[in-house]
Amino acid sequence: MATIVVHRKWEAVSPTRQRVMGLVELGSALIMLLVFTLKVQPGQMATFVMTPGGLTQGIAGNWVVPAFSTLMALTVVNFLLGMVQLVRGFGRWTNAVLGVVVAFFVFSFLTWATAGKSLNLLGMLSAAVLLAVPIILGAFSGVLCERAGVVNIAIEGMMLMAAMVGALVGSVTKNMWMGLLAAVASSVLLAWVHAVLSIKYKINQIISGTVINIFSTGMTSYLSSKFLQTYQELNNPPIFPRVPIPLLADIPILGPLFFNTNLFVYLVFLLLIILQVALFTTRWGLRLRSVGEHPKAADTLGINVFATRYMAVLLGGVVAGIGGAFFTLGSVGRFDEMMTAGKGFIGLAAMIFGNWTPLGAFFAGLLFGFTDSVATKLTILGTGIPIQFMAMAPYITTMVVLAGLVGRGQMPAADGTPYEKE
Amino acid sequence: MSKPENKPDVGKVFLEEVTRPPVNERVRGWQRVGRVLLVPALAVVTGLLLGAVLIILTSESVWEAFRVSLGSGLVTAWNTIVQAYTALFTGALGDPVRIVQAFQSGDALEIRRALNPIPESLVNATPYIFAGLAVALGFRSGLFNIGVEGQLFMGAAAATYVGYAVKGLPGFIHMPLAFLAGALGGAVWGFIPGWLKAKTGGHEVINTIMMNWIAFRLTEWLLGGPMTRPGSGGLPISPMIEKTAEIPQFFPAPIRFHLGFFIALGMAWLVHWLLFKTTWGFDLRTVGANPNAARYAGMNITRNIILAMTLSGALAGMAGANQILAVNRSMALGLSPGYGFDSIALALLGNSTPVGVILSSLLFGALRNGATRMELLRIPNDIVSIIQALILVFVAAPAIIRTIYRVKVPKEAEEAVFVGSWGGGNK
Repeated sequence: MATIVVHRKWEAVSPTRQRVMGLVELGSALIMLLVFTLKVQPGQMATFVMTPGGLTQGIAGNWVVPAFSTLMALTVVNFLLGMVQLVRGFGRWTNAVLGVVVAFFVFSFLTWATAGKSLNLLGMLSAAVLLAVPIILGAFSGVLCERAGVVNIAIEGMMLMAAMVGALVGSVTKNMWMGLLAAVASSVLLAWVHAVLSIKYKINQIISGTVINIFSTGMTSYLSSKFLQTYQELNNPPIFPRVPIPLLADIPILGPLFFNTNLFVYLVFLLLIILQVALFTTRWGLRLRSVGEHPKAADTLGINVFATRYMAVLLGGVVAGIGGAFFTLGSVGRFDEMMTAGKGFIGLAAMIFGNWTPLGAFFAGLLFGFTDSVATKLTILGTGIPIQFMAMAPYITTMVVLAGLVGRGQMPAADGTPYEKE
Repeated sequence: MSKPENKPDVGKVFLEEVTRPPVNERVRGWQRVGRVLLVPALAVVTGLLLGAVLIILTSESVWEAFRVSLGSGLVTAWNTIVQAYTALFTGALGDPVRIVQAFQSGDALEIRRALNPIPESLVNATPYIFAGLAVALGFRSGLFNIGVEGQLFMGAAAATYVGYAVKGLPGFIHMPLAFLAGALGGAVWGFIPGWLKAKTGGHEVINTIMMNWIAFRLTEWLLGGPMTRPGSGGLPISPMIEKTAEIPQFFPAPIRFHLGFFIALGMAWLVHWLLFKTTWGFDLRTVGANPNAARYAGMNITRNIILAMTLSGALAGMAGANQILAVNRSMALGLSPGYGFDSIALALLGNSTPVGVILSSLLFGALRNGATRMELLRIPNDIVSIIQALILVFVAAPAIIRTIYRVKVPKEAEEAVFVGSWGGGNK
């Protein structure tokens, strides 16, 4: 079997893209130099608080860094990376390097904004982790579906529905686990509809996804204004508490960030490991990917294309359902209309940025969550940069990445194409 | 050696294939109308029926009545549905009793109020026509413009800016100028994903989704910042547009029926002419139906993709401009109840033809308008979105309709709209 489903080699990054990326990265270094580094008074210190408020475990000392030299160092690193990218290129590491450059850019922005002040960096990062949870789960859902060859733009709709159902059932049963279960069930139901429409009836998968998005928007708003807003007790679910993991929670910095939060963050890690291992090292994963790459070949070898696709889409529904439940059961504890606010689509963006792999999607999701978190802090820091511009970053990044990627070998080959058995 | 005329000319065969009308167009007369309308009509009916089920299931009074007895439950359920759909109907088309009474009373205002539902439905249908044409034009050229909503917002923003910032122009210049600015705003937002698709292969679905969100954030910033209304205290709302930029309404309040409706009809005619009567439209449809064959026939695919997305964006931008200049007269974030996404449903319902788009827009406009009357019965108007989604399912998958009603649906009708797949790219 392994001889048939050829593991596609990472093709060489095109020269144009290599140069464009190099120029973009050099541009970032230039902005860092002109806008940030040279605007800092020499001798100013930036204070980063490294423990989120209200925690007693995993305390770490504050980072006090000289603003100018830190900025200079980051600028130089970005400049060098940009030069290497322009001249030689990083091949398969191009996206990862781009991620590093963006991260350094953002960090230097923070250093500039914090110069002479103090910023709770870890509070910001832990907010970023929570903001990233639905994005990452949405991206995982997308990876599962698209690796099997089914495009899923309905993640947003599934998450919205799951958020509402989770809040409703959680409130009625006064049990967050029941809420989570119901949320996942509702999302799986929508995933099933998507699967039937796109696999059985072979209607265009974008249309099927659009149907589910319109339906979810309508249904959640309908039920919300009919019941949740009238009977407040129906919209007051218990939320999953913060559960510190013994020992790990005491690690400075990492502990507060990843090991002293709620169930959903742990689920993200669990799913990350399971999906990454299952997709790329098991027979199950190979079969799933083969269906997304070359369904006819897979069929010839006796893999049931339809069943595999159904399974992938339904599993995607489970993951999206968890992501949706996070909105109501994992963070705010109530449902508001349209509360997913495009997170499902950012998840789609994270999936693309992460090259249709769980690990890539994870880091892309973290990055996008981080930009979100920075955006909310912008007003407090008084930088004069509109938060909307930061909020646009994930979308623009995706478009830039996509411009160089699609059609050159990362996307599952049969993605979006219904399979016709002959 | 074969004679030259015996050689099959692939290009010619292909062109005949493309230009050959689908089977359902070869059947003439009423039979043809019936065949074309069968699936959409059944889809709408099924959507409304399922909507009725939802209304019953979520009605407290029905549940209470069922607790009393089965009979009273059924009666209450029936009454609930009759009430709800009567409200929908009278809200969309008018209440005959009220109209008669209004004429008897002779009160001009009351007459206008009683007659208002139909013109108001047309007002509701107008943005749908523009947006639906935008989606249909995309479909016909093999492009999935899911970014109509964002293009609509950019069009609205551009029209608003020209509407309030330009002063001292006479109306017959200012209004068209603002409207064209709206078209331009949408066109730019359509051009970018079109260009990306043509030049880099970046799929237009992802790019237009991303452009949607960029447009939302951008307009949010514009309305709260550079374009904010003085004295609004940072609320995201624009100043009122100048009187000269307004698209005129024909009747005194409360009737809002306006010139925009006829502009929309004009656009529909223009799109029809463009698509079906010009060489360029032929190129466009060919690229949509079979890009490889179009390339073989020497058509410029890059140019066609960019042009199609730009024009589609321009139409979407007109939808936004229309709402600002004719109805809202200033811009706020609640500009659209999802016209851009609903228009995907109605373009499919209308089989991506301009006439079909107009008919489905009238239906959707009437539904939206009628739903406001249903609100009085504590039925949230979101029911319309649900019904629209259901209609979209049945139109997109006629096989479901065939199974439910055991009717024969011509195979060709199912494949009427070709939409390129996700991975199609421009390989």
